[in-house]
Amino acid sequence: MQIRELRFFRAASLAVCIAAGATSSAWAQTNVTGAGASFPAPLYTKWAAEYNKATGHRINYQSVGSSAGLKQIEAKTVDFGASDAPLTDAALKEKGLLQFPTVIGGIVPIVNLKGVAPGQLKLDGQVLGNIYLGKITHWNDPAIMAINPGLSLPSTAIAVVRRADGSGTSFGFTHYLSRVNAEWKAKVGEGTSVNWPVGVGGKGNEGVAAFVGRLPDSIGYVEYAYAEKNKMTHVQLKNSAGRFVQPSEASFKAAAAGADWKTSFYQILTNQPGNESWPITSATFILMHKAQEKPVQAAATLDFFAWAYKNGDKLASELDYVPMPQEVKEIIIRSWQDIKDASGKAVRKP
Amino acid sequence: MKETEGYSSDSNLSSFCHKSGIKCGFLFHDGEFYSGIIIGISDGVRNARGVFMVEALLSPPALPPASLPPTSRRKGGVFSNTFSDLLFGVVTRGAALLTLALLLGILLSLFIGAWPAIERYGLGFLTHNAWDPVREDFGGMVMIYGTLMTSAIALLIAVPVSFGIALFLTELSPAWLKRPLGTAIELLAAVPSIVYGMWGLMVFGPVLARYVQQPLQAWLGDTPFFGSLVSGPPVGIGILSAGIILSIMIIPFIASVMRDVFDVTPPLLKESAYGLGATTWEVIWKIVLPYTRAGVLGGIMLGLGRALGETMAVTFVIGNMNQLRSPSLFEAANSITSALANEFAEAAPGMHQAALIYLGLILFLITFVVLVFSRLLLLRLQKNEGTRA
Repeated sequence: MQIRELRFFRAASLAVCIAAGATSSAWAQTNVTGAGASFPAPLYTKWAAEYNKATGHRINYQSVGSSAGLKQIEAKTVDFGASDAPLTDAALKEKGLLQFPTVIGGIVPIVNLKGVAPGQLKLDGQVLGNIYLGKITHWNDPAIMAINPGLSLPSTAIAVVRRADGSGTSFGFTHYLSRVNAEWKAKVGEGTSVNWPVGVGGKGNEGVAAFVGRLPDSIGYVEYAYAEKNKMTHVQLKNSAGRFVQPSEASFKAAAAGADWKTSFYQILTNQPGNESWPITSATFILMHKAQEKPVQAAATLDFFAWAYKNGDKLASELDYVPMPQEVKEIIIRSWQDIKDASGKAVRKP
Repeated sequence: MKETEGYSSDSNLSSFCHKSGIKCGFLFHDGEFYSGIIIGISDGVRNARGVFMVEALLSPPALPPASLPPTSRRKGGVFSNTFSDLLFGVVTRGAALLTLALLLGILLSLFIGAWPAIERYGLGFLTHNAWDPVREDFGGMVMIYGTLMTSAIALLIAVPVSFGIALFLTELSPAWLKRPLGTAIELLAAVPSIVYGMWGLMVFGPVLARYVQQPLQAWLGDTPFFGSLVSGPPVGIGILSAGIILSIMIIPFIASVMRDVFDVTPPLLKESAYGLGATTWEVIWKIVLPYTRAGVLGGIMLGLGRALGETMAVTFVIGNMNQLRSPSLFEAANSITSALANEFAEAAPGMHQAALIYLGLILFLITFVVLVFSRLLLLRLQKNEGTRA
C-alpha cells in the first residue's frame, strides 16, 4: 500500500513538473523584451503595466538609450528596439528592419527671465539659432526686440543651457535649427550630441530644467512634458507658415498631421507646414526585424502595440505625450504585414 | 630546530613527527629524501608556544607515506591538512590571478574598442582640441585638461586642509572632541557623490558665483594675466566649482589616512623632541611628518585617484562644455569621466564610440602613471632617508 502510494506520488509530482515546464515555456514566449530610447520609457512602462493587467502578457522595456537600443535589436537580443531619431529608409533596408512611430513629443525652449510670463516671449528659428551659436549674447539684442515689441527685455547676458548627454531631444532641437538657420547647419549640424559653440550642459531634461531654473536670464530646451510639470516659462515659436504658436497638444498634432506618413515613416517633424504646427516636434520610433526567427514573439510584440494604439491614447496624454493621429495608426498597422516568419507569412493577422 | 635535533637520527619521518608531538603539514619524497614542514605542536608538548615552522630533512632509508601510523590520519593530521592547505592555496592564487586577468582583459578590450580612433589620430588625440560628433572629428584635449585641472585644484585645497584636520585630531584636539570629529569627517566620505553634485549645483554654485566669482571679476577683470583666469560667465559652474566640490569629496579620504599614520608616530620620538624644547610646529614638521611621509603620500595619492575618477558630482557642476577657449577657471569645461557618462549611451557605433573608449583608455593610463609616479617618489624618499642616516 505504502509503496503504491509512493509510486503514485512520484508519478503525480513528475506530471506536475512537466506541466510546470510546459507552462513556463509558454510564458517565456509571451515575455516580450524591448530596449532603447529613454524619452518614451515612462510611457512604454505605463503601457506595459496596463497591458499586463488587461491581458496577463509581460512586456519588459529597458531604457538604455537610442543607440544602445539600435545595437541590441541588430544583435537580436531584444524583440524590439526603440529610437528617438528615425533611421533612413536606406539604413532600414540594409539592416532588414522595419520602423514605426508610437507617439509624438514636443520640444520647447524655456527661459528664466524676470517679468516674462510663460508663452509671452516670441522667438523664431533664426534668432534661436543665433543665440545658440553665440552670436546673440544679450537679451536686448535688436533681433529679439524686433519680434517682441511690447516686451521690456533686460540688457543682461544670455546664459545658454543645453543637454550634456546625447539625446533624442537634442537631435530634434538641432535638426530644427539646421532647417531654419543656415549658419547653424554649416557650423554645427544635427545629431544626438553636437559640438555646441556656447553654453553649459545639463544632464537629462531634469538637468537642463535645473540649470534654467537656477540661472537668471537663461534659455534652454526640454521636452514639453517637463516644461509643463515644472511650470517653466516656455516661449512662442514662429512656424513655417510664419505664425507664432504656443506649444500644446493641438499644435504638436497639427505638426504630425502635416507629414507624409504614407510614403515613409522616416519623418522628422521639425518646421512642418500648417498654420497651427509647432515647429520642434519629434516622433519616437520602434524598430523590428522584418524576417522573424521568432514569429510568436514578434506577434506578441505587435499585439502589444496594437493594444497601445487602441487603448493607450489616454495614458499617453496624461503623461504629456501626443498620440499618433488615427489615420497614421492605420497606416502603421497595415505596414506590419511586412514582418514575416521564415515561410514568408505575416506574423500577425491584420 | 634545537629541540628536534635529538630526533634527527630517527630515519622515519612520520614516527619522528609522532614521537616529538609535532604535526607534519607537508610530506615530500623525492626518491632520496623525505622532507616535511612542521606546522604545529600536538597536545603532548605542553610548554610549546606559538607556531613553529621547521623544515626537517631526513636521510633514507625511510618508509613510504602509506605506512604512516593510522592514528595521525584519523586525527585529521597529515593528509587532510595537506589537502585543505592545497585547496586554500589554489583558491587564493585563483583570486589573485582572476583579478590580474580581469585587469588585462579590461585593458585589452579598451584597446580594441579604441583602435579605430587610435589608428586615425594616434597620440595627436591628446592635444587635438575638437569634439564634433556630427563631423566625426574628435580630440581629447579638453577632457584631459578638465580632468587634470579639476584634480589639481582639488589637491591644492584638500591637502593642506586634510593636513590640518589630521594634525588637530592627533596632536592638538582635546580628548572629548577627537571621536565625534573623527567620525564626522569619516561620514563625509559616506555621502554619495550624486548628493555632492546636486548640492554643488543648487547650493554651492550660486554662492560661489555671487560671493567669489563676481567680486573677483570686478576686482581683477582688467588685469592682463589674472583677468583671463577669471573671465567667462560667473554662474558658479565650471572648472573651479568642480575642483572645489572634488576637494570636499577627497578631504575625508586624505584626512583619515593622515590621521591614522600620524597616530603611529612613536610617542618616544615626539616626547624627546618636546623634551629638547621643540615647539608643537617643530615636532610636527621635523618629527611627525618625516616619520609618516610614505603614509601621507599614500593618502594623497588615494585622494588623487578618487578625484581623477569621480564622475557624477563633476558632471553636475563642470558645465560639460567641449570647448577650450581661455585658461579661465570660471569657464565651463568637461572631464573624461563626465564625457563618458554623458555621451556613451547615445554615441553612434563607429568613430564617436571609439573616441570615447580611447578617452577611457587615457584615463586608465593617467591613473596608472600617477600610481607609478607615487611609487617612484616613495622609493626616492626612502633612498634619501638612507643616505642621510
